[in-house]
Amino acid sequence: MADTTPAPLVNLTVNGRALQAPAGTLLIEACKQNHIEVPSFCYYPNLSLQAACRMCLVEIEKMPKLQTACTVVVSEGMVVKSDSETVHRARKSAIEFILTNHPLDCPVCDAGGECELQDMTFTYGAEKGRFVEPKRHRDEQQWSPVVYFDRPRCILCYRCVRVCGEAMDVWALGVANRGINATIIPSHQDHLECEECGNCVDICPVGALTSGAYRYKTRPWEMKHVGAVCAFCGDGCKTTLGVRNDAILRGDNRDKSGINGDFLCIKGRYGLDFTQHPERLKQPLVRREGKLQPVSWTYALETVAKRWQEIQKASGSFGVVGSTRSLNEEAFALQKFARTVLQTNNLDHHRTADFPTLYDALAGRGPAPAPLAAMHELKAAPAVLLVGGNPTDEHPLLAWNLRWGYRQNKTRLYILNRGDIKLRRQAYRYAQADDLGAAVRFLNGEGAAAAASLTGVGEASEKRWPQTPVSTPAPLDEGLQDFRARLRQEQDLIIVFSAEVAGDDLRHLVAFGSGLSGATRYIALADNANSHGAADMGLYPDLGPGYTPAPGAPGLNLEQMMAALRQQNLCSLYVVGANPFRLHPVEPEALKQTFLVVQDLFLTETAQAADVVLPALCAYEKAGTVTNTCGEVQVQRRGGGFEGAKSDLEVLHLLADLMGAAWGAANPDRTLQEIRTQVKGYDVSLARLLAGESVLTLPLNGRVPRTAAPAPLRPNRDSLFTAGTLGRYSATMNSVMEKKLEQGR
Amino acid sequence: MTKPHPLETRVVSRRFDQPDAHTLPGYLASDGFQALEKALAMAPEAIIEEVKKSGLRGRGGAGFPTGMKWSFVPKQSPRAKFVLCNADESEPGTCKDRLILEHDPFAVIEGMVIAGLAIGAKQGYIYIRGEYRYLLDRMERAIEEARAAGYLGKNIRGRGLDFELWAHTGAGAYECGEESALMESLEGKRGIPRLKPPFPAVAGYMGGPTVINNVETLASVPPILINGGEWFAAFGPPKNGGTRLFCLSGHVRQQGVWEVPLGFPLRRLIEEMGGGMRNGAQLKAVVPGGSSTPLLPASVAWELNLDFDSVAKVGSFLGSGGVVVLDENTCMVRFALRIMQFYRHESCGWCVPCREGTQWLQASLARFHGGGGRDADIALMREVSENILGRTFCALGDAAAMPTISILDHWRQEFVDHLNGKPCPFGATTLAAAH
Repeated sequence: MADTTPAPLVNLTVNGRALQAPAGTLLIEACKQNHIEVPSFCYYPNLSLQAACRMCLVEIEKMPKLQTACTVVVSEGMVVKSDSETVHRARKSAIEFILTNHPLDCPVCDAGGECELQDMTFTYGAEKGRFVEPKRHRDEQQWSPVVYFDRPRCILCYRCVRVCGEAMDVWALGVANRGINATIIPSHQDHLECEECGNCVDICPVGALTSGAYRYKTRPWEMKHVGAVCAFCGDGCKTTLGVRNDAILRGDNRDKSGINGDFLCIKGRYGLDFTQHPERLKQPLVRREGKLQPVSWTYALETVAKRWQEIQKASGSFGVVGSTRSLNEEAFALQKFARTVLQTNNLDHHRTADFPTLYDALAGRGPAPAPLAAMHELKAAPAVLLVGGNPTDEHPLLAWNLRWGYRQNKTRLYILNRGDIKLRRQAYRYAQADDLGAAVRFLNGEGAAAAASLTGVGEASEKRWPQTPVSTPAPLDEGLQDFRARLRQEQDLIIVFSAEVAGDDLRHLVAFGSGLSGATRYIALADNANSHGAADMGLYPDLGPGYTPAPGAPGLNLEQMMAALRQQNLCSLYVVGANPFRLHPVEPEALKQTFLVVQDLFLTETAQAADVVLPALCAYEKAGTVTNTCGEVQVQRRGGGFEGAKSDLEVLHLLADLMGAAWGAANPDRTLQEIRTQVKGYDVSLARLLAGESVLTLPLNGRVPRTAAPAPLRPNRDSLFTAGTLGRYSATMNSVMEKKLEQGR
Repeated sequence: MTKPHPLETRVVSRRFDQPDAHTLPGYLASDGFQALEKALAMAPEAIIEEVKKSGLRGRGGAGFPTGMKWSFVPKQSPRAKFVLCNADESEPGTCKDRLILEHDPFAVIEGMVIAGLAIGAKQGYIYIRGEYRYLLDRMERAIEEARAAGYLGKNIRGRGLDFELWAHTGAGAYECGEESALMESLEGKRGIPRLKPPFPAVAGYMGGPTVINNVETLASVPPILINGGEWFAAFGPPKNGGTRLFCLSGHVRQQGVWEVPLGFPLRRLIEEMGGGMRNGAQLKAVVPGGSSTPLLPASVAWELNLDFDSVAKVGSFLGSGGVVVLDENTCMVRFALRIMQFYRHESCGWCVPCREGTQWLQASLARFHGGGGRDADIALMREVSENILGRTFCALGDAAAMPTISILDHWRQEFVDHLNGKPCPFGATTLAAAH
């Protein structure tokens, strides 16, 4: 169990000020907490200590030499000077040394304006170069489609090496040569073989590592910087969009805000160029003479409303498929539109996690302690059980946090899954079973049947940090016994499970978790940016917002709607931000009798078959809220814009008005107000939301009634470089994949 | 084989004129492994006490008391303990460890086993400088012979104690003589120094408590155990016990390595053992303890006694015992440049002041010596050296800065003489930048 007793405070004096800091704190951190700046390049919180840049040298009484504040731990009675003449001279000379070979190409450097070296030079001096010898020059290198290295700019702070190795567990960067020839090198001679996350680019204090997607496009001060929630996976990372003239030019998280701190994966950082993809729909399309032809918005919307009214008059059937990427307000408005305007319960979304069963299983447990875990809680969790899935690819932030916990807090990570995944390197124990359901039932105490299906058990496959030594591996069945026995001793466990655990298996998993003596919290892994929100908002044929029973008889689920479509039993299908035909192809012949309306960014498989296509805005171009896979709700801010497209919410309001429902103008704030009053758990503090925080919701309304037949989950199974249909439209991600193919991976 | 000089006191080098001392029979014939036999009968604390009594201070350069270093190792440790022999003798002007490894390899082995007994380590490594690769064979053969005869391995001499030993070479890096960089290198990593604390005695090689000693230090241990710590201490002045191998090079008639008691006058070393200055020239400067120690002008050097405290008193260090003698015809700018070329080449590059500073100084000195100097350079080079001094991760930066500062201070006039495009007044040719 993690030691939770707070460290005792020690007293120290910095520049004559009496301070207190917990024992074990690094001096540089103690100063920072007390707003005393001690500059540094190589020091980076939560990465290993280097003491290489010598910027943080301070005077400490009773120590003859200047000391690096990044490696000295505070001690009782310590007397420190961080602003003495000696210290200032040392800082200035450190910068002067760094600048000897650093090119002064700030005017053309991507980092210009947001460069730590530039800032430090302005603050601490050495503005005049006294180094008159020729500077050493090396040509720039391209290490991957997204990572460029400009060696002369590199100041060898080793941040990139550490973030890649220690934090990402990729180890694709290293140091070669020695002395003045020392340089950062990529893993494979001249190129990187890595996860292309770009954290090395973000963490670089200067312009040595630059982004292939952003370089030379603009200057930082020409952009506005908008903190938005990533539109890709369900983790809910914040990405700071750099926006110029409504065009999104980059995403990063240099300000370390949001639930993801330093982290972004390739999708969040580089995938957002889909917003500028040339195939992006700029105008509504209506099928005329068998072909989709551009029309005005007014014409398109009137066409849709007219046709729907005709179908309603003829008592025809409707189907509605919602989005797992639209905002909560839009999902809420869509279910309201389906149920009140189109008056149908044939409503569903692309399901990738079994939230109704989870909430039903949790319903008996009472609200305290909260049975859901927030994303950041994984970093400090004493123990985590991961069942199924491969978070490294599908939930990169979650994987980052699991590695963080392992590295910083010795989190015991238990993995129960079907095959080898990278996170096993951090595993305390793992078990491999072909039948996860049977294995989960075994965990819950139901016989030894599951043990037979167990194909492997062990400890971490690779140890890079000291771990608790374990005895020799036990035989397989004993192995799972041991796995379960150890889990049963955990007092504070977070259970993370993928789409591989649903229905009755999930009930067993929750029963197992509830049976543990301590607090157990859960995270259901859902694939897309607002999968959890879509479920919470009631995009179900039988469940309304907050998993309450939907009025009226349950409608058709997605699979049933697709079947009905094939049998020409659906008069109209309205697809908002989804591409069901990718997983459920429908012959064009079968659609002849169906009026298909699709609202999307691109001409997807589904949109190509539509009668009317309405160009939509993406998540970065509208305001509202989203809910991540853990159930944390966050504000989505409008970053860019896109001429010719409309938000789903606006389209719904326009259509509702045309259909005579008189919804008035779209207003996300008003819709959020409706959500806050109607969806249990969403009555969150607006102040916290607006301050950029994530707030954990808990839409528990007691047992969840299921009247419709359970629909299967269809996880995306995304790789690091794919993201459902959306990922296809990112030129950067495609170029990364092409390069990997070229390199024979 | 070197015959002893009449003025020498041969303790560590007592087998240098014995042709077969590098074989086990030869070693055993001259009191070989008698110290180990004695140590096997002693309590670990008693061994350490004896070494403390001898006043033995590290012969690698820093001069840390050996007995105290051994006593820092915790008695109980969940991790394996190690004894490492630092045979990465790389300090310019120093060539004594090479002779010990060549003539008396068993003395090093014996010293390491005794150190192992003293601290409770069961394993050791001899880390041999990459350029001394040719000594690896001899060392490994000696280890093999010692193991076969029961002086190494399991159950040494049937006394129930184990000690295993391996020899390993570096790849040619000065930095790997720094104890923690040596451990990194020995672990198969890049040779860069580690953060301290923890010190090696607590967490060293493979994270285990480690004692790391110089070759000469370890070879001094057997005679200390045989004859007693007090006997050894009596050779030198107080706190500077024993004898030391001095490597005399430079502008003397006879260069060589001689063992004398600490406190031996430098003047006699030069005049009587080195046969005086070459070609009857006048002495200009002396590097007292390897290239990283501040240089001493002739007036100071003539009066100097070679022990730790006396050299420290005149602002330099006894260092590794590498005494380099420079005569009046030496261009001190060129000498400073040559030293800086070495440190620029050997800087590991980990920290900023050393990596950038050595390059800066080397480039400036090269330009200066080549006739491109400016007035401002003299003060600037001194300031750059000052900015390196005491601010680097390990001592390599200091090693580069200290001799440079001493040259700039004592021989400033020579820099002035070089100014304004004048050729070197000593006729020294321009040195092209090494790299």
